[in-house]
Amino acid sequence: MLRDIGFESFDGLFAHIPEEVKVRELHIPEGLSEMEALEQVEELAERNRRFRRIFRGAGAYDHYIPAIVKSVTSKEEFVTAYTPYQAEISQGVLQSIFEYQTMICELTGMEASNASVYDGGTAAAEAVAMCRDRKRQTALISGAVDPQVLRVIRTYCHGSGADVVVVPEREGATDVEALKTLLAENSAACLYIQYPNFYGVIEDAELLGSLAHEAGAKFIMGCNPIALALLKTPGECGADIAVGEGQPLGLGLNFGGPYLGFMAASDKMVRKLPGRIVGETVDSEGRRAFVLTLQAREQHIRREKASSNICSNEALCALTAAVYLSAMGERGLKECAQLCLSKAHYLQRQLEGAGFRLKYDRPFFHEFVTVSEKDTGTVLKALEERGILGGLPLGDHKMLWCATEKNSRGDIERVAAIVKEA
Amino acid sequence: MKLIFERGHEGQGCTVLPEPDVPEFHLETPGRELPLRLPHVSENEISRHYTELAGEVHGVNSGFYPLGSCTMKYNPKVNEVAAALPGFTGIHPLQPVGTVQGCLDVLKRAQELLCEITGMDDMTMQPAAGAHGEFTGLLLIKAYHESRGDKKRTKIIVPDSAHGTNPASAVMAGFEVVNIPSGADGCVDLDKLREAVGDDTAGLMLTNPNTVGLFDRNILEITSIVHKAGGLNYYDGANLNAIMGIARPGDMGFDVVHINLHKTFSTPHGGGGPGSGPVGCKAFLSDFLPGPQPVWDGDDLTLAMPPRSIGSVRTFYGNFLVVVKALTYIMILGRSGVADAARNAVLNANYMMRRLRDIYHMAFDDVCMHEFVMSLENMKHDWDVSAMDVAKALLDYGIHPPTMYFPLIVHEALMVEPTETESRETLDEAIAVFREIYELSQSDPERLRAAPSRTSIGRPDEVQAARKPVLRYAFPDGWK
Amino acid sequence: MNHPDELLYSKSHEWAKFLDDTTALIGLTDYAQDALGDLVFVNLPEVGDEVTAGEAFADVESVKAVSDVFSPVTGTVAEINEDLLDSPEMMNEDPYGAWLIKVENITDREELMDSGDYVNFYENQE
Repeated sequence: MLRDIGFESFDGLFAHIPEEVKVRELHIPEGLSEMEALEQVEELAERNRRFRRIFRGAGAYDHYIPAIVKSVTSKEEFVTAYTPYQAEISQGVLQSIFEYQTMICELTGMEASNASVYDGGTAAAEAVAMCRDRKRQTALISGAVDPQVLRVIRTYCHGSGADVVVVPEREGATDVEALKTLLAENSAACLYIQYPNFYGVIEDAELLGSLAHEAGAKFIMGCNPIALALLKTPGECGADIAVGEGQPLGLGLNFGGPYLGFMAASDKMVRKLPGRIVGETVDSEGRRAFVLTLQAREQHIRREKASSNICSNEALCALTAAVYLSAMGERGLKECAQLCLSKAHYLQRQLEGAGFRLKYDRPFFHEFVTVSEKDTGTVLKALEERGILGGLPLGDHKMLWCATEKNSRGDIERVAAIVKEA
Repeated sequence: MKLIFERGHEGQGCTVLPEPDVPEFHLETPGRELPLRLPHVSENEISRHYTELAGEVHGVNSGFYPLGSCTMKYNPKVNEVAAALPGFTGIHPLQPVGTVQGCLDVLKRAQELLCEITGMDDMTMQPAAGAHGEFTGLLLIKAYHESRGDKKRTKIIVPDSAHGTNPASAVMAGFEVVNIPSGADGCVDLDKLREAVGDDTAGLMLTNPNTVGLFDRNILEITSIVHKAGGLNYYDGANLNAIMGIARPGDMGFDVVHINLHKTFSTPHGGGGPGSGPVGCKAFLSDFLPGPQPVWDGDDLTLAMPPRSIGSVRTFYGNFLVVVKALTYIMILGRSGVADAARNAVLNANYMMRRLRDIYHMAFDDVCMHEFVMSLENMKHDWDVSAMDVAKALLDYGIHPPTMYFPLIVHEALMVEPTETESRETLDEAIAVFREIYELSQSDPERLRAAPSRTSIGRPDEVQAARKPVLRYAFPDGWK
Repeated sequence: MNHPDELLYSKSHEWAKFLDDTTALIGLTDYAQDALGDLVFVNLPEVGDEVTAGEAFADVESVKAVSDVFSPVTGTVAEINEDLLDSPEMMNEDPYGAWLIKVENITDREELMDSGDYVNFYENQE
């Protein structure tokens, strides 16, 4: 083949590369057979401890994934396709994203969704960037949000030069009085809160949103998608943008990724949404068709004037969420949320009986914080020895617990018994 | 094709969860009043719906996919098996570090292999995509200048042939973009670069091989001009597939690189993601990397924030399962396989180019790297057949079209990247198709302008889609 | 192509219709809309913003491109044509009815052409 096109050796193909930058020898191991490589990777996987009973959330949630989800999302066409630039041979991907966008709108009560971003943290940071304009450069972030998400927002804002001001947290929720003062002092671009917040508490989103709006700031809610089956939706709370970590919608824990950042907005803010958006139209014969639309917002066209640089998103994870929501349906998703709620409250009462007091006396969904005199390290060790991943230690004897539909009554009672003894 | 909301009926669905085994708890806070209109379909209907949708998707497994700049190589199945191991998928990211040594080792090994391949000293696996990596790398450059109190370095130089993400990322990182025109040969114009650099230069972003498929032979001079002006050099790894194992960005004078695992290291694109865009850097930038990072603590790995970290560019540690796939791929390729992949990618591109250049005009008629760019300006002028028309005609032959209208510096551009995983038979078939389409553009241009005709839909009305956006299903009244 | 006599034209293909000495409507010429193709959106400034002769004050989007729109005058935005946000096609269908902004307190203007000079200008450019 080389000779057929007039080359004697590969050197001719690489003649433009200066000799001084050519690699003499790459210091990596020789190649393995497929069998050997898989054995080695399996050994790596076996060096992890997989907990069968998980009572920890804090941004990654252990939910049951219906079997149909993996079956659909491992279809090779979905797995191996690129971004659907060529609509005529990508209707399957485009339609699946359109359906996903519709489901995210239903879940959040918002009017428009994009095709996804990287994860909940980047969705929050992108939402904050959407609100910034020439006159309003400060983002107010509730101090009761996931500290990891706050760090991502700070990193993004440091990049663009926007200011971040944290609204203090009081008794496990956003401090309303402090918020009022900060809104009066700053001409804030937005207020970002988490719902339920990092401590599991269901914030009074309507109140916080109305305060933000009175001050001319946009209102962003970072939501747990399962909780939205029961809670008042961001749309009903008056949010301008709703974002969140979509991992609970059928994605594994995956040691933190791939996950799914969902983003939805009011109609007024659609053109500020970053990333891909799929729209419905007709083809040359008048048949229903789907395309990537509003593309002139994006980096490949607007370049340095684009509002975001995002190109690749998490399309396969969005597909996963759509299949999950289809399998669950309205009834299944509400059941799931109700189970999470009931089990978390059952766990809280059981832990109370074991000497772990509820730290914040506020309504919570499926996470809550306890305090006890016991050493959290000892407590967690005792649970670990019995194959249970306990709550996340927050320091000062505090622990952040989580229960989902996967935790049975027996498991919950066992946890309470173990921590009581520890 | 029906939407999933148009299938099934009220009351239908899957039963997945058990009955409650604890007392039911009810919130006193007001709940949602909005209806929750999710599909009501049986598992069978879900399965058939998505099987039907999958039939309307052209993936790498469906046929040739020479989409320039995207490196649509075949995705080996063993990578998928590796990433699906429950010992990875069932691991909570906030488990005690002692229970996740395998995951941390995956990150560490991948870092080490990729550092060796790119000639870098350290790396973060956190960025989730190429553009995300660019943003991260630029924040490193920003942090470096800030740490030296060098506040006037506010400009990033970007050639006009660059991917759109480059200038967009620079702005997100707070820089001003200085565009410099490419020379007639498609490479960096050294004089223009010398004019552009100064004491306000933060850095240069460059793809090499560049977006017209050529290796810039002046690379050492380019990076040295920027270094002498006090700036840093950023390597956009989109085109690394052409040179991996052959030459290393670190040896060309680059200080920061990003790699697209979903291009070069064979992890599938998933219809647009998830990707992974690790960022490598030279040792002097290591302290600024985002975190938490896996680091050695005696014989064990632990997680720590680098001392002067820029922060986090996403939650947790990156698209971990994508890293597992890339690691498996590199382990199988090994020392010689990495370079072989690059050689064959370059060979395949040159083979196609040389079998087409007698009829199609090559924008830069030289030995190309892993991709080449054709300009259809003459065809447009002579027969009113555009790059779009040729692209759409290819659809009827079961070939995914090349990248269209990019780079912007070439008119009526089609950018072809066959990759190393295509056989000579596939290339010959594709060459024959391109030649047939060329014949048709003279004999029956109308047919090309009306293409495609064999796909499930014809050309969509993109103007209507953008003028009157319909972005979600309009549920009919009384939808149940 | 239609270029009414009562308007003034800029080299960057905007028209200005002076309502009095210091007030004008600004829009895109027929030539511009034809060259840009089907327009799908316009980003307009806010009322009260200052515009400067020769500088961009808005951009218009087609499906695959975005183009800046330059102001032929220096002044303050008094009104924006919000109808264009819902019906961008008006810029294609009726380029002289589809004004983008109304500028008041005009203190400066570019060198503007009458319709005859404008037609000569773009015909020589091609």
